[in-house]
Amino acid sequence: MTDLKDLQKICSQTRRDIVRMVHAVQSGHPGGSLGCTEYFVALYHHMMDYKAQPFDPDGKNEDLFFLSNGHISPVYYSVLSRAGFFPVEELATFRKLNTRLQGHPTTHEGLPGIRIASGSLGQGMSVAIGAALSKKLAKDDHLVYSLHGDGELQEGQIWEAAMYAAANKVDNLISTIDANGQQIDGSTDDVLAMGSIAAKFEAFGWDTVHIRKGNDMEAVIAGLEEARSKTGKGKPIAVIMETAMGAGVDFMAGTHKWHGIAPNDEQLAAALGQLEETLGDY
Amino acid sequence: MKKYTDQGAKDTRSGFGAGLSELGETNPNVVALCADLTGSLKMDAFAKDHPDRFFQVGIAEANMMGIAAGMTIGGKIPFTGTFANFSTGRVYDQIRQSIAYSGKNVKICASHAGLTLGEDGATHQILEDIGLMKMLPSMTVINPCDYNQTKAATIAIAEHDGPVYLRFGRPKVANFTPADQKFEIGKALFLQEGSDVTIAATGHLVWKALEAAEMLEAEGISAEVINFHTIKPLDEEALLRSTAKTGALVSAEEHQMAGGLGESLSATLVRNSPCPQEFVAVNDSFGESGTPEQLLEKYGLSTQAIYEAAKRAISRK
Repeated sequence: MTDLKDLQKICSQTRRDIVRMVHAVQSGHPGGSLGCTEYFVALYHHMMDYKAQPFDPDGKNEDLFFLSNGHISPVYYSVLSRAGFFPVEELATFRKLNTRLQGHPTTHEGLPGIRIASGSLGQGMSVAIGAALSKKLAKDDHLVYSLHGDGELQEGQIWEAAMYAAANKVDNLISTIDANGQQIDGSTDDVLAMGSIAAKFEAFGWDTVHIRKGNDMEAVIAGLEEARSKTGKGKPIAVIMETAMGAGVDFMAGTHKWHGIAPNDEQLAAALGQLEETLGDY
Repeated sequence: MKKYTDQGAKDTRSGFGAGLSELGETNPNVVALCADLTGSLKMDAFAKDHPDRFFQVGIAEANMMGIAAGMTIGGKIPFTGTFANFSTGRVYDQIRQSIAYSGKNVKICASHAGLTLGEDGATHQILEDIGLMKMLPSMTVINPCDYNQTKAATIAIAEHDGPVYLRFGRPKVANFTPADQKFEIGKALFLQEGSDVTIAATGHLVWKALEAAEMLEAEGISAEVINFHTIKPLDEEALLRSTAKTGALVSAEEHQMAGGLGESLSATLVRNSPCPQEFVAVNDSFGESGTPEQLLEKYGLSTQAIYEAAKRAISRK
């Protein structure tokens, strides 16, 4: 367990990495990445039992994580590199020709830490269920985590997966929903209102945990620990985590406008001015 | 037939079921998933004998493909089972991203392919699946010809590391390949030697190609018959060796002309040594209800159609 202050320092550095990576290639998705920073840092520096080196694609006797909303790759890459899966310097290759850090994460270029390609939305919950079933068959009591955007829940495959996981008591799975209320075209309520996400998962037979402050490290850890305590009891766990898209950079926070837009030079400087360099920039 | 005789009609899907059952006994990593068509896919025996390794996912094919992809993480070898239509077109993006691009060792096993599904009609008779699957980088595409070969292919693909599309069908057809013949992925089989025309067939039309060759032989025309059970990777050497000798080709398949075996053969010929080719395939059309034999006749996939195509190919030399 890394202490809270250290985790918060990692978050600050991760946010610097995110805005610098996206700025460098003038493309990518900073909004959801910034919003999910506390979640990723909590997962990789507090919750999960894993081995970064050497990376084992099969992940036997390790907790596994699957990113279903693959467009928030900047936060994923930053956290993986700073957790030791690959050199931090490689963040400078993000989205550039011949990189292992593709626009959306993939196994195809052999980047350590990635076990499935994602990007086309709605597929990651099924994959996480498969990995969870594989663990049960192998009598491996480690857990499987997955992350999904709230807008992503509009994909039908999510609900096929949700139905399956409950019916088959896949209780070694913790699927977190990044409930930032935003998607590319606007607020989720404007684009396609989903009503109560928690009630939907409960109706499908899942246990749910609510994290109201998804950008507060203590709240995220408390919520994920509560979720972990609910595993092994016959139900899959959905964590509804309220975040602010763009959290940590004042002019990016709380709007869909920074979903897939890169900052210019001045905006980058303004963002970095709000984020302390704690672990050294790549 | 000189070398091959019908050992009694059997359905290729039962060959799949038998192969899967054998794998159940021999390979503990093999798991099977089915989307509410266990009986149709002949997966019942595996499901009964290995309930811990059989996963009924319900009518949710997209989820099935994703679960299969996830199960490979940890070393399982998932075999998914549903109709060919729901194994490909319905879940193309799931196969593309979670299986093919991710390099997952999933075996997509597809029954009721083509027109010979019969009375259910065009909604279920996919004739584009070979094309869809062969376009995916890293995907192996196999369409065996009879019960014995489908069983052998099912067993063989478990040993192959990588995604595979295995296509078979519903009706009982001639079972004529040797029961002990080992299946080699990507290695076309010369069933009959000939010198005037090459008939390259896949799936249910292989037997009809042999029948057509017999009709041709009665007229003194010598046809070479090759079973292209693997469409990708294509045995280009086998094709070119044969057409170098015969100088004329007929391709025969229960699939659209676009995207099928014939198209792959054509591309090989034009890059190497072109010769006249005639296509026995469905020509830009959906199917319809009817018996398998009626449909093969109406859509130009009969023994007679192969025979006539061979004569046309020879006349164009």
